[in-house]
This record gives sequence, structure tokens and C-alpha cells, in this order.
Amino acid sequence: MFDPSIIWASVLNGLTTGAIYALIALGLTLIYGVLHIVNFAHGSALMVAMYGVYFLFVKAHVDPYMALPLMIAAMFAFGYLLQRVVIARAARGNEQSVLLVTLGISIVLTNLALFAFKSDTNTIDTPYSLQTVDILGAAIALPKVVAFFGALAVAALLLVLINWTSLGRAIRAVSREQRGARVVGIDVERIYALSFGIGLACLGAAACFLLPAYYVNPQVGDDFVLIAFTIVVLGGMGSFMGALWGGLIIGVVESLGGLWFGDSLGQMGIFLLFVAVLAFRPQGMFGRKGA
Amino acid sequence: MAGAALLGSATAVPMLARAQAKTVKIGVLHPVTGALAFSGTQCRAGATLAIADINAAGGIKSLDGMKIEAVLGDAQSSPETGASEVERMNDAGVSAIVGAYGSAICLATTQAAAKYNLPHVVDVGVADAIVERGLKNTFRFGPGYKVCTEIGLDNLHALNQQAGGVAKTVMIVHEESLFGTGTAQILQARLPALGFEVKKVVKHANPTRDFNNIALRIKAVNPDILIAANYYNEYALLVRTMQAQQIRPKAIYSVLGGAASSFKFLKEFPQAAQYVIDCNHWFNPKDPRVAPLRKRAEAAGFFFTYELFCTYTATMLLADSLERAKSADRAKIIDALSASTFSNHFMPYGPTKFVNGQNTGARPLVTQVLNNDIKVVFPPEYREAAAVFPIPRA
Amino acid sequence: MKLQHTVIAVVAVLGAFALAPVVISSGFLLSLLIMVLLTTLMAQAWNILGGFGGQLSFGHAAFFGTGAYAMAILQVHAGLNAWLALVLALAASAILGAVIGGLAFRYGLRGSYFSLVTLAIAELLRILANAVPFTGAGVGIQLPLHASLSSLQFADKTGYLYFLLAFVAIGFALSLWLRHSRFGAYLLATRDSESSAQALGINVQRIKLLATAISAFLMGVAGVFYVQYFQYIDPGIAYGTAFSVQALVAAVIGGTATVFGPLLGALALQILGELTRNLMGGAPGVSLVIYGALLVLMVMFFPRGVAGVLKKR
Repeated sequence: MFDPSIIWASVLNGLTTGAIYALIALGLTLIYGVLHIVNFAHGSALMVAMYGVYFLFVKAHVDPYMALPLMIAAMFAFGYLLQRVVIARAARGNEQSVLLVTLGISIVLTNLALFAFKSDTNTIDTPYSLQTVDILGAAIALPKVVAFFGALAVAALLLVLINWTSLGRAIRAVSREQRGARVVGIDVERIYALSFGIGLACLGAAACFLLPAYYVNPQVGDDFVLIAFTIVVLGGMGSFMGALWGGLIIGVVESLGGLWFGDSLGQMGIFLLFVAVLAFRPQGMFGRKGA
Repeated sequence: MAGAALLGSATAVPMLARAQAKTVKIGVLHPVTGALAFSGTQCRAGATLAIADINAAGGIKSLDGMKIEAVLGDAQSSPETGASEVERMNDAGVSAIVGAYGSAICLATTQAAAKYNLPHVVDVGVADAIVERGLKNTFRFGPGYKVCTEIGLDNLHALNQQAGGVAKTVMIVHEESLFGTGTAQILQARLPALGFEVKKVVKHANPTRDFNNIALRIKAVNPDILIAANYYNEYALLVRTMQAQQIRPKAIYSVLGGAASSFKFLKEFPQAAQYVIDCNHWFNPKDPRVAPLRKRAEAAGFFFTYELFCTYTATMLLADSLERAKSADRAKIIDALSASTFSNHFMPYGPTKFVNGQNTGARPLVTQVLNNDIKVVFPPEYREAAAVFPIPRA
Repeated sequence: MKLQHTVIAVVAVLGAFALAPVVISSGFLLSLLIMVLLTTLMAQAWNILGGFGGQLSFGHAAFFGTGAYAMAILQVHAGLNAWLALVLALAASAILGAVIGGLAFRYGLRGSYFSLVTLAIAELLRILANAVPFTGAGVGIQLPLHASLSSLQFADKTGYLYFLLAFVAIGFALSLWLRHSRFGAYLLATRDSESSAQALGINVQRIKLLATAISAFLMGVAGVFYVQYFQYIDPGIAYGTAFSVQALVAAVIGGTATVFGPLLGALALQILGELTRNLMGGAPGVSLVIYGALLVLMVMFFPRGVAGVLKKR
């Protein structure tokens, strides 16, 4: 059937793509886990981040990887303000309202970008964009390899933040039991805003890793966000590990599925996996039952 | 004036009264927002440039120099919005519509316009279903994908013969929707008869985020010729991925390739674009009107892409029909279009002749990226440079 | 009695729509009304599960697309009569609803989890439709133009309007029934507190399953209508997010769990859309920016929807 070297390369491609998916899903699942909201604006936010990376490169000649700290900080601030100033105020805690608000924000962001940057697809050409790395016989694009390790690094940082800092403890408290957290003196609104900021900061990192190998236009967020939602469900809503593993697994499944079934049907592999998980473990791989 | 327009739709306004209005209104309908926004915006630019040119040259002379007024519409990349815009334009009293770029949208808009006997010139929409429904109001100036594929095939065969038949195996990569699938079907059916072996056909989604897997398969199959039929973003990603993976077939050939004959792609990825051959909408390179139009478009910030010049010429066709009809009446315009012999254009179509709504002279040209420019290599009467086939090994 | 007043109001509204083709000759206005009715239908469908049932579906297009594709495939590939195809297509949507409802609720999926699962299902159906030959794959299916009653296509808009109106009337009836029946009461109780409802002896699984099936049925009608009206369907139109979002937004803006909410929401959205679409000299995107901003503002100041505003007066 298929040459083992092709399967190997396909698996590696899947892992590298999956790492980016995981990073996007991480932000989404964090926001869900803490604020219990489905952030419809996640895709548009990713698009905003990618434009940020693009303009930093084109106007200020900042290499996307060098731009990481700046983008992470900028997207964090953007997310913090968005939650504090718009979402919290508009939604007043009503779940339906939050839906509509994030949806509205998503429409505003996408079309502001359309108005400002027109619909052109833009790419950046870095010296390493077309280089490949040889991994045991498979030639993998360099930006993707960097993305893989980068995403893992960011995930590790997040893990440390959540589990070993006092901020992380507060975040975990609020996500488990919001009222109780408030009673012990945690400023819940601040934690909400911080968590939303962190969720979007993940997108800032993802954008830096994505742009060298991909492109940006006002619609680019939508391409990724549906897969991200699927991963979050698969991994377990609010589960960190779930988003990480889910992203990697989906990346590999998509890649191998594409190899076997042809790329259009390749996405079917994700479908089958999804159905299987729903049938045998509906709370997701790492989720808690009844979440 | 606006009130009169609204009233004009609700009650029967005598044709005489409409002709006395200052302008003849033409609906310019394209998806300028949504997924097809880039192409729609380019098309709209083509139409507005054409209308500006017509008005500057004195308007419609047979109507005493009446100017054309564009009624802009946004189909928002969805058929139902397109149809709704047709309704709005109809109420606004347009005499004809030019649009709507995307095949699915065109299907809906031509049908909606047919209900009012409103002439609809199709600018791009390559699905042949558009002109196969027997609608009397629909006129497509450019070629459909069947014609493009046939001509692309003939030319590929000719090129190969010329080079001594060095290319034997073919791999097809196409996008999943109407034009990609249809094109691939025709290719698969006809290639064997021309002496080519189709080793593999790969269908991919719109959008496709990553072409590394497909690139892997191309590497494994190692075809002599890669034939691609997809939209700009995917085409660009595919070719760039192939470059990164150092996959170099004897030729990269496209039929209606998304980026294969695009100045934008050439500017952004000159290396990846080299030697790529495309069978696509193209202008007559020998026509002197092209260069100044290209300059004007680029000065206004638009790449000179096929969307722009296809809609430009389609609008010119419409203006010519207005001249012949000597009236802004819809039925007369339809008659004028049906009988049109419009030849004062810079497309390689010759004199226009509509049969069942399709301009039988419409044809694509085959171009190749050579020396950082896009040159026509086939057919001989429009050739600017000799084709380089197969691609020389570096 | 409140019920009688509401019924009179519903009949009056339906009557007004029925009279519209007689009074209005503007094609644009008529097509606008048809779009309003279509959105109303979708919002009514969503409202049954989301408003009354409290289960917010983000993937209602799954039912829309299934109804649409079933209608197209049965007519084009199986050569069935349009009316027979209609019945089967609606059955297909309802069955899909029952399946999803049954599975989802049996496994205890609720809240945002349910929402995301429905979103994922719609997306996966889209991928499936794109890949499989009998849906025409990416090419979609075109319905041959044949305006006659037997093929459920109409030569002018009036026929389509009445067809839609009939089902919108059914939607109204269902909403009224939900507000004033025992089933409706159980559904609302389940929405407000599932554990309490269960403690009272309500079979919440069955209630939610039925609500999903009814909701899916109505949404399937919208899909069937789309195919008959536009004569074309493809995976993006059928299962894309556009109609899922439209149904949800119209229902919420209008006011959930109300009888008139869907209609009010549909009116608000269509009017908003028309007003903003061709603003700013056609500069792309601006109108939608305003649309999105208005959405956010509406939520900020009128969380109970238009119906909520009207009720206060």
C-alpha cells in the first residue's frame, strides 16, 4: 500500500499541524473552563493576531519568531480588555448573551479587517520559509518543526502557570467553583479577564508559528476555529491535556486519513474518531462527566 | 429621485418616462464580502473602470450620449443574497445586470433575473450549467470550464508532441467544488486517448490548510506532469510546498489554475511561479488597449487579474448592446445581445456570437511564466513566446 | 384569556402576510417578506429546542441541510414526486433530530457541551456531503426548473410565500402549544432545572428527545423550501454555519421562549441587514461591522429581545 517512509512523513506532518491546532484549542478550552463561555470570537482573534505578525514583519521587519513575546503580550492585553470592557459588561453573566456578544465581536473583527485590509491574501517570505528538516528520512518543513516545539513549549509554560503559581490556583478555584472562590476573596472578574487574556495570548503565539508556513486574509480564522472546537469537545471541555493530546491526535488522524482516503474524505477520519469518542466516552478523553 | 425609483417598480412606468431619465442603470453584482471577497472586488473594479471609460468616451451615443450609472450590489458570497440583490436592482429600475463571478451565485442571480426578463451578462462563472437551462436572459461572454479543459488538453498534447513525447504520466490535484471536480472529470476521460497515463487524482477541500501530505503523494507517484485545478490560496500553497519539498515534475500545468497566471502570485513567489503553465482567461496580448488599462488598474491599487479584465470586457459587451438596442428597454437589450457581433474588445474571442446564451467564440489562452513575466504560448496567433517544455533541470 | 388574545394576534399576522402578494407588487419587497418568513421558520425551529428547551444548538444547519439534501436527492436521483419527497425529507430531518437528541441527552451532554457537539455534527455532515458522490460532492445538486404544483415549484413568488406561510403557521401553533400545554410545561421545567424536573417524575430524556425531533422537523422544512426556491444546494449552503447562526440570532434577538419572538427577530435581522448592506458607498465590510456592533449593543441593552421590550410597554 504505502511506503513506510511516506507514512512516517505523514505522521510527522500530522503532529506538527496538530501542535498548532492544540495551541489554538488550548486557549479555547481555558476560556471555556474558567468562564464557561464558548468564545465564538476565537477565530477572528486568531486572524487579528496573524495580521499583527504580518505587519510587524512587513513594516517593522520583525521576524515572526522574534515577535513572539510582543504578540503574546499584545494579544493578552487585547483579550483582557475585551473581556473586561465588552463581554462582561454586555453579557451580565447570561449565557445566551455571551453567545451573541462573542458572535457579534467576531463579525465586527472579521469585517473591520475586510474593510481595512481588503480581501487580499497576504504571505510573508522568510529565508527559512521553504527550508526542510530531515527527520529519519522524512523532509519536514522547518517552520512546522519550529511550530511543533514552540507549541509544546507554550503549553508547558501554561501548565506551569496553572499548576504551580498562585494565579494558577486562583484560576483553578474560579473554574471549579466560582461562588466559593468569591467567598474566599478571589476577585473573580479579574480572574475572568486574565483567563480570557491568556486564552488569546495562546493565539498570539499560534499566529507567530503559523504565518511562515501559511497565509493571512480576513477569513483565515474560520479555517481553524471549527477544528479547534472539535478538538475541545474531543479532549474534554476545559481539559488542558485534552486540548493538547486532542490537537496532536486530530492532526495525525487528519494526515493519515488524508493519505488513505484522499484528502477530501481524509477529514472523515476525524468524524469517525469523534463518533467513537462520543459513543464510548462522551465527556471527552479527559473531561469530567456532566461538565 | 429615490422615491421615483421605488414608485417606478410598484406601478407601471411607461418606457418613455424611463428613457427620459438622465442615466441608464446597470446592476453590478458581485460577492465583495465573504469568502469570495477578493475576486468579487476585482470584478467590481473591472466593471466600474469600464463604465468610467464608456462615460468618458461620451456615454451611449445612440441614446444621445446618456451616461451609464452603476448600481452596485453585494452578493455576500451567497446565492440567496445574490438573488435578493437582483430583486433590489430590479426595483431600482436597472436595464441589465453584469455579474456575479461565482458559479453558484450566478445560477441563482440569472434565475432571479429571468423572472423579470432582465438581461444578465455573466462575467466569469465557468459552470456550464449556467448556460444550459434555457434561460433567455442569460449571456456568458467568456468560456465555460468544458471549453477551457478541452483547449488545455489539446495544447498539452501539442506541447508534448513537440518535445518528442517525453511526458507520459499525469497526476491531477483538484479542488472539491463544481469547477475543480468537473475539470478533473473531463481530464480523466480524455487524457488516456491522448497518450497520457493518469496515475492519480487527488481531491482536496476548500480551504486546505496544509499540502504536505499531497506533496508527499506527488513525490511518491513522481508524475511527469502535475495538473492543478483550484483557487488562488490553495494553488499558491501547493506550489510553495512543492518547492519546499523540492518536487520538480517535467511541467506544472493548470486548467483554470487559481494562481498560475496571476501577477499577484508572480510578484510574491517568483521562484515557485517559474515555468508554470496555465490555460485560463486571458486578454489578447497584441491589443494596444491592454497596457494602459493595466497601468490604470495598478495605479488604483488593483492587480490586473482575470476577474478584472473579464468583467471589464463583459461590461463593454453590455454597453455595445445598449448602443445597438438604441434603448434602455430590457427586451430590446436581450434582442441586441442575442444578435450581438461585438468585436471591439481585447479578449481573444473574435466577433461575438451567442448560441443559447454562450458566446461561441469564447476561449482561454495558454500562458507560461517566463522571465518573471506571464506570456502567451498558445495558440500561435496570440503567441508571445515559445513554451518551455519540459521544465529544464537546474 | 391570554391564550385567546395571542391566537387572535397570530391569525391577524398570518392574515397580513397572506394579503401581502395582493397588495404589494414590488418583487423586492415580496422576496424580502419571503426571506423574513424563512428566517422566522428557522428561528421558530431553533426556539423550540433552544428557547423552550434551553438546549442551545449551534449546529441547527444539520437539520436544514438534511431536509434540503433529502429533498434534492429524492427528486433528482430517485425521481420521486416532489410531494412524496417532501414527506420523506421531513421525516429524515425529524429522525436525525431524534437520533441526535437521544444520543446527546442519554450521555448527559448539556449546556455548552451540547452546543459544541451540535456545531461539530453540522460541520462533520458538511465534510461528509463534500466527499460522498450521491450528494454531488462539492458540486452540489441542481434541481431542474419546472414550475408546476406537482413539482412544488411556483412560477411566481406568491406560491412560495403561501407554502412558507403554511409552515410558519404550524410553527406558531407549535409555539402556542408549548406555552399552554403540559408537554410545554414539562419542557420549560426541564429547561429551568433538570434535576428538579426529574425529581418531580418528568422523563427528561424523552422530553428533550421529542423537542429535538420537533425542532429538527421544522428546520428541515426550511431546508426543503430553500431547495425548491433556489433550485440548488451544496455542502456549504446546506451545512455551513450561516443558517445555524441565523436561526440562533433571530430567535434570541426576538426573545426566546415567546410566540412572536422568532418573527420579531427575523424582521429585525432582515431590516438591519438591508439597511446596512449597501451603506458607505458599497465599501466592503463596513455594513457588516455595523451589523455586528448593533448585535452587541442589542444584547447589552435589550437582553430579553425585542419581544421583551414590547412586553414591558
